Amino acid sequence: MKVLTYLKNTLLAGFAIALTVSCERDISDEAIEATFPNTPDIFIDAPVSLTDEFFISFDPAVGANTEGFGTDENEAYAGSSSIRIDVPAPNDPDGNFIGGIFRDRGEGRDLTGYDALTFWAKGSLTGTIQVGFGTDFLTDTYPVSTAIQLSSGWRKYVIPIPDPSRLVQERGMFLFSAGSFDALGNDNPADANSFSDNIGYTFWLDELKFENLGTTNLLYPFILNGQDVEIDNFTGYTQTIDGLGATFNLGNGQNISVEASRAYFDFTSSDNSVATVSATGDVNLIGAGTATITGSIGNATANGSLTLNSTGSFVNAPDPTQAQADVISIYSESYPSVTGFNPGVFAGSNTQSISVQTFEGNSHVNYEGIDFIGIGWDGTVNVTGETMVHVDIQLTSGAGSALVMELIDFGPDDTDNGFGDGTAGGFNVSSQLMEGQWVGIDIPLSAFTLPTGGGGAGNPNLANIGYIVFVSSNGASFLVDNIYFY
Amino acid sequence: MLALTIISSVVFVSCEADETQTVATLSNLVMSDEFDIDGAPDPSLWTYDLGDGTQQGLPAGWGNNELQIYTSNSENVEVQNGLLVITARENTAGGYTSARIKTQGLFEQQYGRFEARIRLPQGKGLWPAFWLLGNDCSQNPWPACGEIDVMEYLGDQPTVVLGSVHGPNFSGAESISKEYQLTNDRFDTDFHVFGIEWSPGRINYYVDDVLYQSITPETIAEETNGAGTWVFDNAFYIILNVAVGGNLPGSPDANTTFPQRMLVDYIRVYN
Repeated sequence: MKVLTYLKNTLLAGFAIALTVSCERDISDEAIEATFPNTPDIFIDAPVSLTDEFFISFDPAVGANTEGFGTDENEAYAGSSSIRIDVPAPNDPDGNFIGGIFRDRGEGRDLTGYDALTFWAKGSLTGTIQVGFGTDFLTDTYPVSTAIQLSSGWRKYVIPIPDPSRLVQERGMFLFSAGSFDALGNDNPADANSFSDNIGYTFWLDELKFENLGTTNLLYPFILNGQDVEIDNFTGYTQTIDGLGATFNLGNGQNISVEASRAYFDFTSSDNSVATVSATGDVNLIGAGTATITGSIGNATANGSLTLNSTGSFVNAPDPTQAQADVISIYSESYPSVTGFNPGVFAGSNTQSISVQTFEGNSHVNYEGIDFIGIGWDGTVNVTGETMVHVDIQLTSGAGSALVMELIDFGPDDTDNGFGDGTAGGFNVSSQLMEGQWVGIDIPLSAFTLPTGGGGAGNPNLANIGYIVFVSSNGASFLVDNIYFY
Repeated sequence: MLALTIISSVVFVSCEADETQTVATLSNLVMSDEFDIDGAPDPSLWTYDLGDGTQQGLPAGWGNNELQIYTSNSENVEVQNGLLVITARENTAGGYTSARIKTQGLFEQQYGRFEARIRLPQGKGLWPAFWLLGNDCSQNPWPACGEIDVMEYLGDQPTVVLGSVHGPNFSGAESISKEYQLTNDRFDTDFHVFGIEWSPGRINYYVDDVLYQSITPETIAEETNGAGTWVFDNAFYIILNVAVGGNLPGSPDANTTFPQRMLVDYIRVYN
């Protein structure tokens, strides 16, 4: 029995008839699966069965330029007309890139009989543009896209469909996106100014359609960009499988890789008692053991996998036992705590990562490979009425990891402005740490006697504590929970 | 005698594809290997060319700067699941191994219809072939002994095969050759039939049900301005091989994956 998705009411009626008429027939004549037009053409000399607006731009609010799109009666690969796209310069007041989609004007097209989107294109410069299909700005279920480089003469481009059988009703006929041309080859995504010397250009598209070429060969799909990733984690860990696509060999012998949406893929877990994966690629670690998540398109197994190793549930830090009334809490689920908690207000340049992990509703901060990090919050706390500070730390790097905890007092002006009025001191917790185990550390506030890396002399004042700092001389990794004064 | 023996051992299996040939007229089967017995190729029909060509007196690389070393190891040539599988492999040192099998001294014939059903490998640098060589090359050194290339293919042109003849004054890059290009299909994703029908004074080349080239003594004379000679009135033997790299295909590139395989469903000869 086929999976019937469309025109449910009609089909239900059809099933009822089929069941009463004959047990042998799979499906009644009345319940023919709804099909949609299989029109292949998108633009030949004019748009074919597209919406009246023809071109639906990306949002101008994010910089999409809606002015550069049109048709050109003076240029055509074949026939009398082509699509002309003027790619804006970076300083164009109407927007610094151009892009959008063409959408089918009807309920969608049946593309199951085609294996590729094809078109001819040429550019006034050899710019690189993103092209694809399957994006309709409605459900965006089946996007496929890839980058192509234009040439100065007309050239045919082939964008293979990863699994045409999925495209029974597709409205996303075409997508393109193009930014200015990097003539000097100095674009740097981390430096917006590096784009300012780019220039605008024009490209043309013609004979845009779906085809059944028969010459595109799926070499392999891929997940996680084809990498075999291994992760050690605990029950409750989640991850979404990304880096999805497929690599094809075209009839001209060239390989092309496309990005493809999750909807083309089937995902499986090697052990559903350890980790599950949904149809949308959402992985949930649910038990102890090892499970490997793999993907496939049709019968083709994807390159890349996610292996999860788990010892089961994460053991959270023990719940604190101090009475709430006796506590000024910085970070704990057990007490009302400061607002604006930030586990990394600042960090040394060698610090690898800072993240917050949550297992069974209990969060902690995961510091990996730190040199120094600062914990901050809104305002300061006055702990002159307290005698101790508590912190739960689990060392995740090896024995011998060095760690000093510091209290930073902003001084009477309540502002982080150095040691004009501020004070600071440290306490070495290294000897108390244990790898792989939570250790509750309780430190007398009078014990923060060490000078600090930031220049504090030790023995901080306690009325305006604004930061708690951790410093490691050898790149310690550790988890932190339940920081409070009492 | 040999042919009779071979025929008697043939078991006809049903092949799913319809290989109806409207282009061939000869239908009296005189030799066939359906590759139905797992293991090494039938030793009563097939022998091996081994090494890099130097044992045959050729410059290393079989005279074409080919990169592979031919072996008779099962990892390079084996019959399994009804198919002859010739596998080109990349070894840890970055070199390549493959196989080249031939019927020299075991099955040689003058004229006839020679055809094989083959699925070809994929990727730049792969150069498989199904070809015939004159059995008198030891007396009349190549190209005087003649070469009939039923099918040559380059792995970076997955829709194209070549059919060629080589002889005196039309050999190597000067051979008489024609491309056949598939439309709406590829040679590396499914099986196709490659054949010649060779008669006195004519060699017809076909792929599946399409006759795409006919070579006669007149063709050779025209193509060589009268310098070439028809040398195809002699017994020839069959060669199947997968070369890697060399002058014609160029070397494998970053997109070429190994192992790569040529799968031969059958080879048949008719009179």
